[in-house]
Amino acid sequence: MNAIRARGLTRRFGALTAVDRIDLDVPRGHVYGFLGPNGSGKSTTIRMLCGLLMPDAGEIEVLGLSVPREAEALRRRIGYMTQKFSLFEDLSVRENLDFLASVQGLPRADGRRRVEELLVEYAFADRQRQLAGTLSGGQKQRLALAGAVIHRPELLLLDEPTSAVDPESRRSFWEKLFDLADAGTTLLVSTHYMDEAERCHRIAILDRGRLVADGTPADLTAALAGRSLRVVADAPRRAQQVLTGVAGVLSVAQIGNALRVLTDGAPATLEPARDELERAGIVARAEAAVPNLEDVFVAATRGQGAARDREAA
Amino acid sequence: MSWRRFLAVMIKEVRQLRRDRITLAMILGVPVMQLVLFGYAINMNLRGLPAGIADEAGTQASRALVMDMLATGVITPALAAGTPQEVVDALRRGRISIGVVVPQDFEARRFEGREAVQVLVDGSDTTVQAAAAQLAQVPLDSSAPGARRTGQVGVVSFFNPQRRSALFIVPGLVGVILTMTMVLFTAVAIVRERERGNMELLIATPVSRTELMVGKIAPYVLIGLRQTSVVLLLGRWLFGVPIAGSLADVYGAAMLLIIANLALGLLISTRAQSQFQAMQMTFFVFLPSILLSGFMFPFDGMPRAAQWLAEVLPLTHFLRLVRGVMLRGADLLELWQDVLALAAFIAVMMTAAILRFHKRLD
Repeated sequence: MNAIRARGLTRRFGALTAVDRIDLDVPRGHVYGFLGPNGSGKSTTIRMLCGLLMPDAGEIEVLGLSVPREAEALRRRIGYMTQKFSLFEDLSVRENLDFLASVQGLPRADGRRRVEELLVEYAFADRQRQLAGTLSGGQKQRLALAGAVIHRPELLLLDEPTSAVDPESRRSFWEKLFDLADAGTTLLVSTHYMDEAERCHRIAILDRGRLVADGTPADLTAALAGRSLRVVADAPRRAQQVLTGVAGVLSVAQIGNALRVLTDGAPATLEPARDELERAGIVARAEAAVPNLEDVFVAATRGQGAARDREAA
Repeated sequence: MSWRRFLAVMIKEVRQLRRDRITLAMILGVPVMQLVLFGYAINMNLRGLPAGIADEAGTQASRALVMDMLATGVITPALAAGTPQEVVDALRRGRISIGVVVPQDFEARRFEGREAVQVLVDGSDTTVQAAAAQLAQVPLDSSAPGARRTGQVGVVSFFNPQRRSALFIVPGLVGVILTMTMVLFTAVAIVRERERGNMELLIATPVSRTELMVGKIAPYVLIGLRQTSVVLLLGRWLFGVPIAGSLADVYGAAMLLIIANLALGLLISTRAQSQFQAMQMTFFVFLPSILLSGFMFPFDGMPRAAQWLAEVLPLTHFLRLVRGVMLRGADLLELWQDVLALAAFIAVMMTAAILRFHKRLD
């Protein structure tokens, strides 16, 4: 059974449709990534899944409970880590955890034990008296995670947990996430980092409120086979300008001296591109590249965007 | 409601409060400051008003009259003027607040029973006017037995025979301080957590609305009782304000007002979008409370509409309770109507606050 199942999930804020008919299936025990630019509806979706926001349409089932109707019962079984640090900055590390243990309804003795355990596990043993507001960005996120799992939830929803964290802390944070997944917790993590998305068992890509791709990172990249090119040109900046105008080219990104070109997959794209470069007098060499998640992301967001623009016109 | 979760919210509030120096300073500073300000500065029976005296008659009787007026202590001579015109000038320039003019034909006027003395008042200050009314009651000739006592109306003041305003003000001040601080403390309580982002975490936990609301106001009840003690003790030490009734009744009344104000603050907090807005909203409560409750102006003298509005304010009922208990020695049972009014206010506000608060972000 899936941990999360949502159908036709929709949420509007005034004229803006923040989440537009999203279908979602998150299998149990998976680390499921939510990838999308800012404003794509990731936070709104997660908040609806926890019952913090009412959907305008659609149905949600989380851990077998219907949301928002059974949201109260669900709260005991899920952990939610907000995008913004939401623990009390004027309480110490230990006081924050004590508070959460009580509020989550852990029996007194169990709560005490659990706080001790988390202080050690999350490396706060020597900082337990420090005020949470004085912790570094990475430490804050670690504390927030400890707080979110204090009641051993079956499902953990994390809203961009590493957006303000240095790379080293990000790596150790993700190790903690995998520890939790190994212990059987289902995780839904939103991010806009490709390397984090790559680590997930499955990812969903959101763009302007719509789900534009959904699958394992391997499947998603494999589907782009042959659409990604590496172009080495003697004048890369100019080559980029030329290629950007060619029909069928979705994106051109400069990576070092080479260009990474993503096409819409039509076989006819390559020829016109070569012709254009030749006409501009640029010496260039193109070879097939292995598609990565960035390509998936660009293909999903640009492709859909273009399709929708056509739809609109 | 789970006792454990309620306690957790309460302990958290206490811990946060302990680290909030400005609020701590406010808890103690506001009562002390207000008591001293109201007790000393806003003294409603004036004494020692600077006066200008123009005695144009200069007879024995007129001198005796002036001495009698000075003997009341209401005025002190600041200017010995030769002519009434000088008195009027000094009054206009603000050098004196009161002028006494005895005309040349004082003796004849006195004999004929006409107005013999004029007391000129700086009418821009109503309390000075009241003081002048006091002066006008000085008998024209105190030495002559059976002398005509013009306009001498016997004013007998019950419960505060010396007309000392501290006796009247200190009990009311307990209420004003509690209204000022308690509403403000909880008005920002929910909004602050929303602004700091804590609310999203809290509502994602199993904590219930009631646990959250009641746990949040509980620590402030103790703080309010402490403020009450500070005002009562200082009132006793500085102004010798006695408590005629039982101390338990005073605290009982204070407790009712405290909870009423906390509940009101909580309701404001569920409504306000920011801490600043919450503070603006508390002013809407605070101003009418000060002006209409009977703290500043006598309740019975207010227009009917203002009285109706005042009946909605917790401070109005508290003032009746606390003055009854402290000055008249009444007990709360005798004053049950105001006790009931406060209890009803608490029930309505608390319910409204809990119902208005949703564990959702939209």
